[in-house]
Amino acid sequence: MVTFTLNGQERTFDGDPDTPLLWVIRDFEKLTGTKYGCGVAQCGACTVHLDGMPRRSCITPIATIEGSDVVTIEGVSGKEADAVKTAWAGLDVPQCGYCQSGQVMSAVALLQMVPKPTDDDIDGAMTGNICRCATYHRIRAAIHNAANSMEG
Amino acid sequence: MTIQDINTTRRAFLAGSGLVIGVAIAPKMLSAAQTGVHAGGDPALAPMNAFVKIGTDDTVTVLSKHIEFGQGPFTGLATLVAEELDADWSQMRAVHSPTDNKVYANLSFGLQGTGGSSAIANSYEQMRKAGATARAMLVAAAAEDWKVPASEITVQKGRIKHAASNKESGFGAFAEKAARQAPPAEPKLKDPKDFVLIGTDLPKLDTHGKTNGTAIFTLDITPDNLLIAVVAHPEHFGATVKSFDDAEARKVQGVVDVKQVPSGIAVYADNTFAALKGRDALSIEWDLSKAETRSSEELSADYRKLFGEKGLEATNNGNVDDAFKAPGLQAVEAEIVFPFLAHAPMEPLDAVFIKAQDGSVDIYNGAQFPGIDQSVAAKVLGLDEAKVRVNTQLAGGSFGRKAQFGSPYIQEAAAVYAATDRSRPLKHMWTREDDIRGGFYRPMYAHRMRGAINAQGQITAWEQVIVGQSIMGKADLDESSVEGASNLPYAIPNLKVSAHNVQLSIPPLWWRSVGHTHTGFAVETFVDELFQKIGKDPVEGRLALLGEKPRHAGVLRKAAEMANWGSPAPEGRARGVAVVESFGSFVGQIVEVSIGPEGAPRVHKVWCAVDCGVAVNPNVIKAQMEGGIGYGLGAVLFDAVTLAKGGKIVQSNFHDYRSIRINEMPDVAVEIIKSSEKPSGVGEPGVPPVGPAVANAWRRLTGAPVRQLPIVNIVSS
Repeated sequence: MVTFTLNGQERTFDGDPDTPLLWVIRDFEKLTGTKYGCGVAQCGACTVHLDGMPRRSCITPIATIEGSDVVTIEGVSGKEADAVKTAWAGLDVPQCGYCQSGQVMSAVALLQMVPKPTDDDIDGAMTGNICRCATYHRIRAAIHNAANSMEG
Repeated sequence: MTIQDINTTRRAFLAGSGLVIGVAIAPKMLSAAQTGVHAGGDPALAPMNAFVKIGTDDTVTVLSKHIEFGQGPFTGLATLVAEELDADWSQMRAVHSPTDNKVYANLSFGLQGTGGSSAIANSYEQMRKAGATARAMLVAAAAEDWKVPASEITVQKGRIKHAASNKESGFGAFAEKAARQAPPAEPKLKDPKDFVLIGTDLPKLDTHGKTNGTAIFTLDITPDNLLIAVVAHPEHFGATVKSFDDAEARKVQGVVDVKQVPSGIAVYADNTFAALKGRDALSIEWDLSKAETRSSEELSADYRKLFGEKGLEATNNGNVDDAFKAPGLQAVEAEIVFPFLAHAPMEPLDAVFIKAQDGSVDIYNGAQFPGIDQSVAAKVLGLDEAKVRVNTQLAGGSFGRKAQFGSPYIQEAAAVYAATDRSRPLKHMWTREDDIRGGFYRPMYAHRMRGAINAQGQITAWEQVIVGQSIMGKADLDESSVEGASNLPYAIPNLKVSAHNVQLSIPPLWWRSVGHTHTGFAVETFVDELFQKIGKDPVEGRLALLGEKPRHAGVLRKAAEMANWGSPAPEGRARGVAVVESFGSFVGQIVEVSIGPEGAPRVHKVWCAVDCGVAVNPNVIKAQMEGGIGYGLGAVLFDAVTLAKGGKIVQSNFHDYRSIRINEMPDVAVEIIKSSEKPSGVGEPGVPPVGPAVANAWRRLTGAPVRQLPIVNIVSS
C-alpha cells in the first residue's frame, strides 16, 4: 500500500508496486490531463510535479513516491500556473494539444524556480518536452510573456 | 468527385437543413471521459442544418466534418459559419460531426475525410452557405415573431435587430423557431469586402481545453469496467506468429486474457500497466519465411540499380537526350536517397469500443477517414454499418498517419475487440514502440538527377528518375511519387521525369506533404547546385526561371525581402533558399544556418512567405507554417527508420527516432501574401521548403552537398 497526496488530497494505491505513477493517475485516479507519449521519459507528455519538482511520471514507480506530494495539470495552481495558462491562451500555443499538459507543467516549474528565465534557461527546462506539432516557437514566447506578466 | 456525388451531397445538405426537428430534452450526459465526446455535440441544441446548431443560451455550435488534430479546422470552419451568420466570435463552439460519407463528404474526395490540406479549400463555400442559411432562418423566425418584414431585420455580432420597432434579440430566443423555418433555396453570401471575421486573428476555439488538461482525446476515455488491450507485433515486416507461450503473461496481476489475433498476440488487462507488463512477459516465435529481410542499405542499392532501366514516364518535354549531347555542355549529376519516415504523432494510435444495449457499438477514435473506419469495423465486428457509430475524437497529431485506405489500424483494434464477448468496453492502444515500428512510413526513395548547362551558362535540360514504393499501390505511374518534379516550375526547355514502383512488404503511407517531402528536396537542392555552378544568385536564378509562375515568384521575393537577402550573413553562417508549391499553396523559405555543436546544421532563423489565397485565419496559417517548418526540419536533420541486416527494424522510440526539440527550433517569421484567389491549404505546405533550404545553406557553408538524409547521419559518419 502506497500513500501519497494527489492535488492536495490523500490517496492510496494497493496494486502492483511497479505501476508507473502515470498509469495510477490515469487508470486508477481517472485524471486524464497527464498524457502517455513514450513510456521512457523521452517526451515529457507525462510531466507532473513531485514534491514541487517536474517529474516524468511514466518512469516513476508508484512504490517510490510514498508520502510524496503529486500535482497534475488538473491541480496546478498559483501565480506561475495562472501566468502560464494565460500566456498560452494569449498566443494560442497548442495545435493538437496532446503534449501541452506536460509543456505547461514544465513551464510552471521553470517559472517557480527562475522567475525571469533566459532563452538558455528555457532550453534547459523545456528540452525534455517534445511537441510533434513543433509549437516551440510559441512556447518560448509564451514563457517570456508569462514571466513578464508576473513582474507587475 | 463526380457531378452525381455533388448532387447527392447537396440533396443531403438540404435535407439536413430542412428537417423539422424540435428541441429534444437533453438526456443526462455522462462526462466525456466516461463515454468519449459524442459526435454531433449536444442533442439538445436546435439544428439549423447539418453543420450548425444553435442553443437557447445563444451558443452557435459548428459540426466540423474534418478532424481537429492541430491544423485548426474547428476554428477555421467556425470562422466561415460565423462570418455569414453574423455571429459574435465569443458565441462560437465546434465539435466533430457524426460520421456520414454523404452529408459530411470532403467535397474534394467524395467521402468524409481529412487530408491533402483540403479542409478550408473544400469547406469555404459550403460552410459559408451553412452560416448564411442559418442566418436567414433566424431572421425569418424573428420576422414572424415580431410581425415585421424580414428585409428590415439586421444581424450583427450575434444580435438580431429591427430598428423601426426597436426590437432586439440574441440567437437563442429564436433557435427553436428558426429550426422549423424552410431554409432559403440559395442563401446569399457576402461580398468578401464586407468580411468582418475572415482574415482577422481570432482566438482558437480549442486552446482553452488544450491548456488546462480538460480536452478529451481517445486515450482519455475511461468508462467503468474498461478493458485495456495491447498487441505484440513482430520486429520484421511480413512476419507472422509461429507459436507463443502466454503462461508468464497470464501470471501478471491484472491480466485478464491473451488471444492470438491476425496481427499478433493480444493481451487484455484491467489496467494499462498490466497489459504492457503482460505483453513483455509473452514468449513468441515468429515465422520469418515471408518477412522482408533486406536492410535499408541493401534496399538502397537495389533501388539505385533501377536508375538505368526504363521507368514509368511522368514528363517528357523537348528532347533531353539530344540536349545532353550538345557541344560545350557541362553535365551535372546527383543521387539522393531518402529514408523511411515514421509520422510519430504525440498520441499513438488508439480506439475505444463500447457496446450499447441493442448490440450496436460506439467507436471513439481519431478518425481521419471515419466512414472507412466505420465500414471496416462493421465488417470485422459482424454488424450492419448502421450499428457502428464512429465518434471522431480530438487526436494528438496525425501528419497523415490516421488516414488509411482499408483502415488497417481499426481492423486490428476491431479484431481485438471482436475476440472478446463485448461485455466490457475496450480500449486498444499502441505504444510508441508500436508506432515507430508499425510501418505505414513515408516510403524510402532514391532520386537520380542530371542537369545540363550550356556554354552560355543556361540550364538546358533536366532529367530526374525517382525510385520508390507507390503510396497509392499503383502498378502504373503514381502521381504522388513524382508531384513537384513532373511539374517542375522552372522554365527548362528539355525536361524528363520518370519513376519506378518498388514492391515491399513494408506498408507505405502519405506523410505530411506526401510526394513533396522528397521531390521538393531533390528539385530545390539540385537547382541550387546548378545555379552555384553557373555563378547565379539562388534567388535571382530562380526568379529568372519563374517568369510564368507569379505566385512562386511572389513568395520567393517576399521571403528574400524579409531575410534582407542581399546583405551578408553573420560570421560563420550561411543562408539557403527554397520555394515549393504543394496542395495549391506556395511557400518560400530562407534559412540561416551555422555548424552546430554536433557538427550538424544549427538553424537559427527561418523567414517564410506563404500564398494560400484568401487567408481565412492568419493566426492558424502562421501556426501551421511554424509547425510545418519544425516538423520538416526535425525529419531532415535527425530522422530515419532503418532496417538492420536481416530486416529487423532498428528504431523504437524517441531516443533513436529523434524529434526536434525546443533548443533546436529556429526563430520563425511568417508573412502571408495578400490574395483574392480561392483559399488553399496550409497544413502541409510549410513542410517541403525547409529541408532543401537548410541543405542549400549547408552546401554553401561547408561545400558539402546533402545526398543522404537525415543530415545528422552524414556528419556523424
